[in-house]
Amino acid sequence: MSSEYLIEVEDLKQYFPIKTGFFKTTPLKAVDGVTFNIKPGETLGLVGESGCGKTTVGRTLLRLYEPTSGTVKFNGEEITAKNMAEHRKNMQMVFQDPYSSLNPRMTVEDIIGEPLDVHKMYSNKNERREKILALMELVGLNAEHATRYAHEFSGGQRQRIGIARALAVKPQFIVCDEAVSALDVSIQAQVINMFEDLQAKLGVAYLFIAHDLLVVRHISNRIAVMYLGKVVEIGDADEVYEHPIHPYTESLLSAVPIPDPIQAKQSQRIVLSGDVPSPMNMPTGCAFRTRCRFATDKCAEVCPTLTDKGGGHMVACHNR
Amino acid sequence: MAEQNALKRNVLSAQVDLSKFNFDDSVFEKATDEEKKQQDVMSESTTFFKDGMKKLMKNPLAVGSIIVLIIVMSVIIVAPHIVPYSYSQIISVNGKRDKTAKNLKPFEYSENELEYIAEGGEVFPHIMGTDAQCRDYFIRVVYGTRVSLAVGLFASILVLIIGLLYGSISGYMGGKVDLIMQRIVDIIYSLPDMLVIILLSVVLNETLGEKLEGTSFQSLGVNMISLFIVYGLLYWVSMSRLVRGQILTIKNNEYVLAAKATGAKSGRIIAKHIIPNCISVIIISTALQIPSAIFTESYLSFIGLGVQAPMPSLGSLANTAREGLQSYPYKLIFPAVVICLIVLSLNLLGDGLRDAFDPKLKK
Ligand SMILES: Nc1ncnc2c1ncn2[C@@H]1O[C@H](COP(=O)(O)OP(=O)(O)OP(=O)(O)O)[C@@H](O)[C@H]1O
Ligand code: SF4
Ligand SMILES: [Mg+2]
Repeated sequence: MSSEYLIEVEDLKQYFPIKTGFFKTTPLKAVDGVTFNIKPGETLGLVGESGCGKTTVGRTLLRLYEPTSGTVKFNGEEITAKNMAEHRKNMQMVFQDPYSSLNPRMTVEDIIGEPLDVHKMYSNKNERREKILALMELVGLNAEHATRYAHEFSGGQRQRIGIARALAVKPQFIVCDEAVSALDVSIQAQVINMFEDLQAKLGVAYLFIAHDLLVVRHISNRIAVMYLGKVVEIGDADEVYEHPIHPYTESLLSAVPIPDPIQAKQSQRIVLSGDVPSPMNMPTGCAFRTRCRFATDKCAEVCPTLTDKGGGHMVACHNR
Repeated sequence: MAEQNALKRNVLSAQVDLSKFNFDDSVFEKATDEEKKQQDVMSESTTFFKDGMKKLMKNPLAVGSIIVLIIVMSVIIVAPHIVPYSYSQIISVNGKRDKTAKNLKPFEYSENELEYIAEGGEVFPHIMGTDAQCRDYFIRVVYGTRVSLAVGLFASILVLIIGLLYGSISGYMGGKVDLIMQRIVDIIYSLPDMLVIILLSVVLNETLGEKLEGTSFQSLGVNMISLFIVYGLLYWVSMSRLVRGQILTIKNNEYVLAAKATGAKSGRIIAKHIIPNCISVIIISTALQIPSAIFTESYLSFIGLGVQAPMPSLGSLANTAREGLQSYPYKLIFPAVVICLIVLSLNLLGDGLRDAFDPKLKK
């Protein structure tokens, strides 16, 4: 069974049980019913403020956490805890934190070689070494440093090690969790280009999680905007940028610095009032209503669902 | 697609234009020479172990402790081959038992020995004198040190094995298994250890006393066996707590998650990620466990629950020396000083190891 989409995520939920009393646990709704698809060779950008559940979406997708409910399909086949082992080779992740995601007691060679070891992707030591050196070259690391420990590298270099590790098994799908945030601008551009070249050459699909909206727009074909564990807007990258519909997306975009000073003066910043509600105690109805300019009574009662506003531009809002 | 990319690139002023770089057959960008040079400036590569050893060697207290321990070790290994007396043997001169060689002072000779020397014979000096049973005291202290160190080492290894297994199972499994295992630890924590040792040695003396005769356990004595049993039953709990805590923190590290994402199985994760990251802490606390076991043994021997006579241990030597304390104070001083030296230097070495290999652990 094959399908148009490489990745299909449907109503994915991830609740973390948090102890709130001696016998009581309250669910922390980190991801609360997320649905999206990614085609082969496509990049879906995922944006949203800190703590909205982006990382959790990526990790649950890769079964690093067992989802509370919902399904993930890869090439039309539903992924379960059992068959995930076979899919590990097809789906990889670049981790957000380049410091804690590398084992301090392992050399770079062994870190990058770990996926090769696990999937036995070489016939002898020489082949393993060659593959590792090729990967290091690919991400712009000096091959002479293969025997060094991760703690001897800078943040940007570590991020490259993490990228090389994800690329080692030649996956079809990579979750890039803020993969370029720790890099300085020129290197960021290089790494982004590298991602794009890989996509053009190997047809890799990405879930590209980032804070930097300009970067996301540049690399993504489509963009999904998250707020408190839910996708509130999803659509073609340029469409979402030029014509944001959801009030939250609007305010996010208005916070992006505009390079053109004249244009910048004309545009208005929409400053959000209030704090993000706790994911353990979410508002009823629309999660955004406590900070929304357009909120009405209906927003407090009914939770809006994603509806098509034309051309696959989906928005979850009653009033826009 | 390519056209689209080119268009998009203009939006970002900081974007590097790929077309400026030359690609051969590969589409990937190679690191520039300048970049490579930059990386070459990185400091000399040091492994974790080398780094730690360097730090350890800079710590004067640790180095002093290592020297003291090496001296003590070589003395207890070499001395029995040089000194012609044994720990249970009454001194004999020219084949005859020497009843005059009682309670000699250090380097003093008995009357018989003096006669023998005058006749042209050679007598090895009693470096620490002799005891009330006419036995050479130096060799007894040497053997006592051997026994004490061996007991300390063995008890620590026992603690290490049980604590490591129990703690890692509890930490790695987590959840209900962890909860139950930790309540058992709580119960064991609340047992009075000394009382258990004393009761156990009384019970074992009754039941095991005769069966042991003729076996290699006999020279060790029932008391020592009960000491080991108690270590195996009670003393591993703090080691298991430590191991569990280490594993819990390491388990939640992102690199373990990353290993899972590559498809690594539990066995590989434990062997490659968890153990290498907590091994230093475990070794250090084992090193710190040895002096505490030596101390317990000495204490038990001192109250008469130690090794079986005539086998000496530092504690039992000190205990015997109490009787003639006023006339022969040096008999207490020798074993006491050795205990202090060993315990102190092991403790200082353990501290030094901790500072060098695991600075986070420093309180
Ligand atoms: N393992 C976990 N156990 C309990 N709560 C968690 C866990 N991981 C994440 N959370 C909670 O889930 C929510 C979403 O976290 P997540 O890391 O997905 O956010 P994020 O969007 O990636 O944020 P950032 O942009 O800062 O990386 C947060 O409130 C966080 O505290
Ligand atoms: S549903 Fe209501 S509260 Fe939510 S974003 Fe739309 S207008 Fe605002
Ligand atoms: Mg995150």
